Amino acid sequence: MKLWERDPILDLQHLTMRFGGLLAVDDLSMQAGRREITAVIGPNGAGKTTVFNCVTGFYRPSEGMIRLRHTAGAEFLLERLPDFRIAKLGRVARTFQNVRLFAGMTVLENLLVSQHNELMRASGYTLLGLFGLPVYARAEHAAVERAKHWLDRVGLTSRADDPAGDLPYGGQRRVEIARAMCMEPELLCLDEPAAGLNPRESEELNGLLLRIREETRTSILLIEHDMHVVMGISDHIVVLEYGRKIADGTPEEVRNDDRVIAAYLGVDEDAVEDARAEVQP
Amino acid sequence: MADRSRIDLAAALKDSGVAAAIALGLFGLLVGLRTEASSTSELELLPRPMLLAIVVAAVFAGRFLIMLLYQSGAFEIDTSRFISSDTKARIARLSRFAGPALLLFALTMPFSADRYYLDLGILVLTYVMLGWGLNIVVGLAGLLDLGYVAFYAVGAYSYALMAQYSGLSFWVCLPVAGILAAFWGVLLGFPVLRLRGDYLAIVTLAFGEIIRLVIINWSSFTGGPNGITGIPRPSFFGIPFIEGEGGFADTFGLEFTPLHRIIFLYYVILALALLTNFVTLRLRRLPIGRAWEALREDEIACRSLGINTTHTKLTAFAIGAMFGGFAGAFFATRQGFISPESFSFSESALILAIVVLGGMGSQVGVAFAAFVMIGGFELFREFAQARMLLFGIAMVAIMVWRPRGLVATRDPSVFLTEKKTIPAEKVAEGRT
Amino acid sequence: MEYFFQQLINAIALGSIYGLIALGYTMVYGIIGMINFAHGDIFMVSAFIALIAFLALVAIGLTAVPLALFLVLLIAMALTALYGWTVERFAYRPLRGSFRLAPLISAIGMSIVLQNYVQIVQGARVKPLPPLVPGGFTLMGHDDFAVQLSYVQIMIVVTTVVLMLMFSWLVAKTRLGRDMRACEQDLKMASLVGVDTDRTIAFTFVIGAALAAVAGVMFLLYYGVIDFYIGFQAGIKAFTAAVLGGIGSLPGAMLGGLLIGLIETFWSAYFSVEYKDVAAFSVLVLVLIFLPTGILGRPEVEKV
Repeated sequence: MKLWERDPILDLQHLTMRFGGLLAVDDLSMQAGRREITAVIGPNGAGKTTVFNCVTGFYRPSEGMIRLRHTAGAEFLLERLPDFRIAKLGRVARTFQNVRLFAGMTVLENLLVSQHNELMRASGYTLLGLFGLPVYARAEHAAVERAKHWLDRVGLTSRADDPAGDLPYGGQRRVEIARAMCMEPELLCLDEPAAGLNPRESEELNGLLLRIREETRTSILLIEHDMHVVMGISDHIVVLEYGRKIADGTPEEVRNDDRVIAAYLGVDEDAVEDARAEVQP
Repeated sequence: MADRSRIDLAAALKDSGVAAAIALGLFGLLVGLRTEASSTSELELLPRPMLLAIVVAAVFAGRFLIMLLYQSGAFEIDTSRFISSDTKARIARLSRFAGPALLLFALTMPFSADRYYLDLGILVLTYVMLGWGLNIVVGLAGLLDLGYVAFYAVGAYSYALMAQYSGLSFWVCLPVAGILAAFWGVLLGFPVLRLRGDYLAIVTLAFGEIIRLVIINWSSFTGGPNGITGIPRPSFFGIPFIEGEGGFADTFGLEFTPLHRIIFLYYVILALALLTNFVTLRLRRLPIGRAWEALREDEIACRSLGINTTHTKLTAFAIGAMFGGFAGAFFATRQGFISPESFSFSESALILAIVVLGGMGSQVGVAFAAFVMIGGFELFREFAQARMLLFGIAMVAIMVWRPRGLVATRDPSVFLTEKKTIPAEKVAEGRT
Repeated sequence: MEYFFQQLINAIALGSIYGLIALGYTMVYGIIGMINFAHGDIFMVSAFIALIAFLALVAIGLTAVPLALFLVLLIAMALTALYGWTVERFAYRPLRGSFRLAPLISAIGMSIVLQNYVQIVQGARVKPLPPLVPGGFTLMGHDDFAVQLSYVQIMIVVTTVVLMLMFSWLVAKTRLGRDMRACEQDLKMASLVGVDTDRTIAFTFVIGAALAAVAGVMFLLYYGVIDFYIGFQAGIKAFTAAVLGGIGSLPGAMLGGLLIGLIETFWSAYFSVEYKDVAAFSVLVLVLIFLPTGILGRPEVEKV
C-alpha cells in the first residue's frame, strides 16, 4: 500500500464538477500523502484547476467528498466549507495561475496580510491594538520575523519594502509562495508555479519546494506542466484527461504508462509504441 | 525640444472655427433665447444675440489660443526641469510638515478669527471629518459608497430626538448617535456587501435616497420636511453658554460674547475630526486596516488567505458610518435645527468628491481637499449662482488633470528597512 | 376596474419615457463600464431645448402643430446629441484609461455644471407650456370615471416602439452596431482588430443622448412643465430601471423602464403618493440583493 493511501492529508472521493452541460471533473478519487509532494498533471482542459478550486473552496462540487485530515488529527469536509474557512480552519494555502498579489502594497505587507487571523486574535480583534497594548506589538514582531524567514527562503529579503507589483514575474511568484507559507499551512496548493519561469528559475523552484517538504510539515499539492519540475520533485503523480483520472502512481510508474503518453501525444493507446519510436531517435 | 516652426495658423483657425460652430450649436438656443414668464403667465422668448456672440467668440478665441500653445510645444515642456533637484528634495522634506502645519493652524485659528471665519472653520472641519470617515470605506477598503449621507442623517436625527426627549447632555448622546449609525451601517451593509463594486454603489445610493425620503414623509417621527427645531445647544460640560449668572462667561470671569459658544463648538469638531484621524491611522497599522487595503487590492486573494472578507467589509462600513454619525450629531447641535434638505444625494457626492480629490487613503490629502473645496466654495459666496457652476467645472477639471487626486502616494504601514512611498498609479482602487 | 386600466395606461406612458432614458445609461455602462451620472441632466437639457425650439418656431410663424413637433424632435435630438458628444469628449474621454472613480466624479461634476448652467441661462423658475396636443380617446367607462387614452400617450408609446425597433436594427444589423457590441465584449480586443473605439464610444453617447432627447420632448408634451431639476429625479429612476432590467442589456432597459413606471404609478394610485419613490428604490435594492444582474442581465462569473 502506498504512503498516500495509508496516511493521506487529502482524500477526494468521487469528486464531480458540472458547469451546466459541461462535465469538468468526472468521478475523481485520489489521495495526497502527508508531507509528500503530489502533482496533478494532464493536458489542457483536463480539469486540474477545477479540482483545485473545489479543494480550496472557490467552487462548490456537484458531487463527491473532499476530506482533509490534519497531522494533529482534526478532520474537515471541504466540499461544505466556504473558501476563506478552508484557508483559515483547514489551513490550506494556495497560489493562483495568474499571480494574485496585493500589487500596491509592499512585499512585507503582503506577507503580513497572510498572518491576518493570528494577528487579529493577538490584537484582541482590534480593540487591544487600538489602545497600544504590548501584546499586539509582540505578535506583530513575531509575524515580521516569520515574514523575514520566508523572504530569506525565497531570496527576496532585499525587496521587502518594494511594492509587490514592481517585482519581475518570477519574483512575484516567489512572493506568492512565501505569502502562502507564512500562513503555516498544512496543505499548500500551487497552481502552475513554474509557468513563465526560465530553466534556472524552475531549478530554484524545485529547490524551494524540496526545502519546504524537508523543513516544514506542509504537504504540497501542485498543478504543473513543466515536466522537469514534476518529475524532479514529486513523490506522487495523478494524471487527468477530460476530467477523468487516467493514471495514479509514482513518477516512474506514470512516466512509462501508455495511457499517459497517449494522452500527451494526442494519439490512441495502441499507437503509442510507434509514436515513441518516432520521438526517440 | 520645442519646435517653434510648427505653428500652423490655418489649421488653428480651422480648429477654432469648428469649436465655435459646436459652441453655437450648444449655446444657440439655451443662451441665445431666454424664456421668461410674461405678464399673462405665458412663456415668451427674449433674444440675447449679444450674449451668444460673446460666448461663441470666447470659445473661438480660447480654442485658438490653446491650439497655438499646443502647436508651439508649450504643453510638452517639462516644467519639473526648471526646478533643481535640490529644491525638489527640499519641497519633499517640507511636505512632511504639511500635516502638522495644518494642525497648528487649525488649533490656533480661533484666537484671531471673527465669527465669519469661525463658522467657516467649523464647516470645513465638519467636512474634513466626513471625508475622513468616508475615506475608511472608499479610500482604504475600496468600497464604493454613494450613500454616506444616510449615516450623517441617522446621527443627526438620533441626536436631535434623543436630546429633545431625554434631555441627556451632548457628551452622552454623541456616542449613542454614533453607535446607532454604526448599527445602521451593519444593517444596511450586511445584505449588500457581497455585491460587486458598481452594484454596491447603486445600492448605497438607493439606501441614501430611501432614508431621506422616509425622513421627509414620516412627519410624526421626524418632523417631515420641516425637520426638528429647538435642538438643545451645547454647554461647556454642564455650564451653559448664556449671558449672566451661572453662564460660561460668568463662571470664568470673562466678558460675555456669543463667540464663546462658537469657539467651543470649533474645538469640539476639531477634537472629533482628530479622533477620526487618530483612529484611522491606528487602524491602518493593525491587521484590520491592512486587511482593508488588501481587500481593495484583490478580494479573492484575501479570501484565499483565510480572511473573512464580509466581516472585513462590514467593519469598514460600520466604522465609517459611526464617524458619519458623530459628525451628524455635531451638526445637529451646532445648527440647533435639522431638516431633510441637508441630507440629499448632493452631500454624498460632495463628500465622495472630497475623498477622491484628496487622493484616496491619504489623510492629509482628504483634509486639504475639504479645505480647498468647502473653503473655496464659501469664498465665492458673492457669485451665488455662478459658484455652483464653477464648482462643477472645477470638479471635472481636477479629475481630468489629476485623476488620482491631489496626494498621489501611499505610505506603507510597516517596513523592514526603509519606508518607500508607493506612487498612486500602482495602488488599486477597488475592483471586485 | 376602470381606475386600474387608467393607471395601466399612465404607467406605460411614463415607463416608456423612463425606458428611453434608461437606454442611455445601459448602453454607456455596457460599453465602458461607467455610470454616466450626467445623463439625467442631458435629458433635462433636451427638454429645455425642445421648449425653446418650439417657442421659436411659433414665433417665426409656424403654427401647424404636427410639423412643429416633428421639427422640434429633430432639433432636440440633434442638439442634445451634440451635448452628449461634448460631455464625453471633454469630461470622460481623458479619463478613459484611468481608475474607475475618476469618471464617476467627473460625471457628478458634469451633472452639477449642466444643472447650474440651465439655471443661470434660463432662470430657476419652472417653465410651463400649454398642452399642445390636447384630447384623446375615451376607451370605456361610466359617467363618473372614464378611461382616457390621450393622443400624447399614444404618441409616446408609438414613438418609443418605433425607436426601439430602429435601435435594435441598428445594433444587430449595422456596422456601427457590430462595433458597439464588440467594444462591449472586450474593448482592447476590439481596438486590436481595427474597430475605432473612440468613435464607437462617442457614438454610443450620442445615440444615448438622442434617445434621451426623445424622452425630453415627450416629457414636455406629457407634463407641460419643466424645470432644471427634472433631470436628477428622472435620472435616478431611469437608472434604477436600467439596473432592474439588467444593466448592459438593451431590452432590459426598456423592461426596467416599464416596470418602474408600473411600480411608481400603481403605488401612488393604490397606496400612497408620498412614498412612491421609496417603493421604486426599495424594489431596486431588493432586486440587487437577490438578483444583482437584474432581470435580463448576464450573470458574470469571475475567473479564479
